Amino acid sequence: MRNVEFILNGKAVSLETSLSRRLLDVLREDFGLTGTKEGCGEGECGACVVFLDGELVNSCLVPMNSVIGKEVQTIEGLAQTKRYRIIEDAFVMAGAVQCGFCTPGMVMATEYLVRRYKHPTNEEIREGLSGNICRCTGYQTILEAVKRVFEEVEDL
Amino acid sequence: MRITDKVARVDTRDKISGKTRYIEDIAFENLHYARTLRSTVAKGRITGIRYPEPVDGIFIIDADDVPVHNDVAMIEHDMPVFAKDEVNYIGEPIALIVSKDKNQIIDFMRGIEVTYEGLPAVFDMNDVKEDANHVFEDHTFVKGSIETMDYDEVFEGTYRTGYQEQLYMEKQGVVACVEEGVVTVYGSMQCPYYVKNALMHCTGYDENHVRVVQVATGGAFGGKEEYPSLLACQVAVAALKIRESIRLIFDRREDVTYTTKRHPSEVQIKTYLKDRKIVGMSCLIDLDAGPYLGLSDVVLQRAMFTLTGCYAFENVRVRGRIVRTNNIFTGAFRGFGAPQTMFALEQHMNQLANKLEVDAIQFRRAYFVKKGMITSTSGIFNEDIYLDLMADRLEAFSGYQDLKEDKAPNTGIGVAFVPHGGGFTGSGEAEHIKAVVKLKKRQDGKVEILVSNVEMGQGAKTALSKIVASVLDIGIKDVIYEDPDTFCVPDSGPTVASRTTMVVGNLLYKAAEQLKAHMKTDEEITITEHFKQPDYVIWDQETMTGNAYMAYSWSAVLAKVTVDPLTYEITCTDIYGVYDVGIPIDEGLFLGQVHGGVVQGLGYGLMEQMVSKNGKVLQDSFESYTVPTASDIPEMQAIWIENKYVDGPYGAKAVGELTLVAVAPAVASAVADAIGKSLYQIPVTPEMLLEVTRNEKR
Ligand code: FES
Ligand code: FES
Repeated sequence: MRNVEFILNGKAVSLETSLSRRLLDVLREDFGLTGTKEGCGEGECGACVVFLDGELVNSCLVPMNSVIGKEVQTIEGLAQTKRYRIIEDAFVMAGAVQCGFCTPGMVMATEYLVRRYKHPTNEEIREGLSGNICRCTGYQTILEAVKRVFEEVEDL
Repeated sequence: MRITDKVARVDTRDKISGKTRYIEDIAFENLHYARTLRSTVAKGRITGIRYPEPVDGIFIIDADDVPVHNDVAMIEHDMPVFAKDEVNYIGEPIALIVSKDKNQIIDFMRGIEVTYEGLPAVFDMNDVKEDANHVFEDHTFVKGSIETMDYDEVFEGTYRTGYQEQLYMEKQGVVACVEEGVVTVYGSMQCPYYVKNALMHCTGYDENHVRVVQVATGGAFGGKEEYPSLLACQVAVAALKIRESIRLIFDRREDVTYTTKRHPSEVQIKTYLKDRKIVGMSCLIDLDAGPYLGLSDVVLQRAMFTLTGCYAFENVRVRGRIVRTNNIFTGAFRGFGAPQTMFALEQHMNQLANKLEVDAIQFRRAYFVKKGMITSTSGIFNEDIYLDLMADRLEAFSGYQDLKEDKAPNTGIGVAFVPHGGGFTGSGEAEHIKAVVKLKKRQDGKVEILVSNVEMGQGAKTALSKIVASVLDIGIKDVIYEDPDTFCVPDSGPTVASRTTMVVGNLLYKAAEQLKAHMKTDEEITITEHFKQPDYVIWDQETMTGNAYMAYSWSAVLAKVTVDPLTYEITCTDIYGVYDVGIPIDEGLFLGQVHGGVVQGLGYGLMEQMVSKNGKVLQDSFESYTVPTASDIPEMQAIWIENKYVDGPYGAKAVGELTLVAVAPAVASAVADAIGKSLYQIPVTPEMLLEVTRNEKR
């Protein structure tokens, strides 16, 4: 057990925890941030992605040891931003959500694409989403949503 | 606004922002966790279980704790809640280990030792399928007479398909609580009343003391049809014993390895020709059920009744068997038996067309079913059927003739035509399901849908709300549709068989029609509507004759692939689909089902290899069981034709399962076209192509 401090969705937080605990569990159990989902627990599905110092990471693979002093942003944090509204609307309009279990992860991956590219190619978009599994939508509408986001962001 | 016009789904925003709570996201007071102690042998007698010294806070729940019946009420009662003396497959649950502390459970489980006396197990259904002791069911139906017909040529093929895992993104999960003498199970599920009936049977509690509440369900695809009943019984038994909330959520490896899958199949088809025309077809279907019957008989029947597909043949004999093995037990998965037989039939039809040197679509046209014709089960096709038109559309919008004429090297095209009967087989809707829906106008003017059907991603909440809103001419926001709670909603049947929109939606449509007259008043009023079997459905289950389904949906699909000549790597570049689903209730939802079904079908055809060795599934994770990602998907184009169905809401028929079924056969045929060889098995993998070519060279 150790006291761990980090920034969570813009706020300084601290907690007593073992350093080997997964960031995913800390977010879900200690902070009640259940928008980050566990699909596999092995870094293979992308349902658990969060931003760690701006990098998109699978929180199921991140031990608390690697979080000390860093900045974590989850879907709940992202949801407070202006750009999130654009992404949400795009996902709604495109019909990119079915069961919704992959969706927060897809939104995070979309945000990552927006931070990284100005005019991504289709291949770059597909590649950017390829770490996130969706079993419902067949991805087509998600790709449409992401394209919409880029059109809208352009107009901002 | 037309009913087909796309509306925004009603359940989306909370899912996007992560606010929607799935079972793992819900906090329960004093929650205890459970993990499953499982059999490590495929068949054996349990000779002893040695638990570590009792530890404070650890509870063991097993067969001896089951209050009344240690079996899961499905069609038969052959599957135990907890294995007692005998185990029949690897992974079979023996006990739950429960504690408030997850790590304590893991430590405790490390010290458990189960000893077995191994018994002879069966892993290959071909070893035992002629032995009646290993055959759960053996059905045959006949049309005309294969024995007496006149033919001059026979064409045969044997086709095989493997397991497919539903791989819903949210794993299986349930929570049980006991409060004031009522046992309540919350969970991720398709069929709250199946779960409720299983709980009543297992616990002996009556319907006023068993409650089932579905919570947001992160995908199901059939995988949460029968399986949650088992888990619900287990956690309920635990909750009754220790009087705390018990949560059982699988980890992904458990889920992939031990939950139900699509049945592996072998289908033999023999076609009889006279003057190059098909005069008869006889088939034998074998499905590997694993050790328990589960829903396999129903799966087999759909496989059989769908077997002749979109074609009418004069003489037909279809025999189907369910073989008992000690492999993982198999069950419901989108398509429910049809993906296996449609792969077989559509490969066969292509191979036959090639042999006769006729165009694949042209060849099929000669046998397309039409209204008034006799079905393979000797019923009558009651509705208008436009397969010819669908074939025209498919040829036109895919540019079929051009594709055929200037085929680039190492590319191929393939087609498949597939029906899907909506709702339960035969008179199942009227005799077994007996759906009841309620529609309540509240004092505040809002209208509440009371049904037991669930939203699991397919869009049920949006589709059913839209139907009610449209009939009543109110906003979709004024329709309330909560996740079902068996204390509040009647039994409108399970969320399966593509029946929700067509059958339940139609009952709601009728209820809304009756409610119209009351919309102006401010009294609270509830309308109840019961399912009545349409007169044209005549079915005899004994002989399996009559109308196997109320109405059929149809699909025509064309796939384009490229095959790398060196590595045999296969890429599906395009899928074109033409669909007759009556009138789609919402074009957005319809396309969502098409895309999802196409990609799941593509996985089935090309990628999703799951093999069992000595009763153990070898692919147990996302890493080893590969499903399509955003990088694997083809261009998908879909159009639909209008064909209003009289007994569907606004003319709607079944959608959800249909969209998966034609894809694997179309893709396999496209690969066969690309390499110029026949294929008999899916998934079609580069290794398989290598093998096929090698064998050829030898
Ligand atoms: S849960 Fe972390 S990648 Fe799947
Ligand atoms: S919407 Fe269900 S997994 Fe993506």
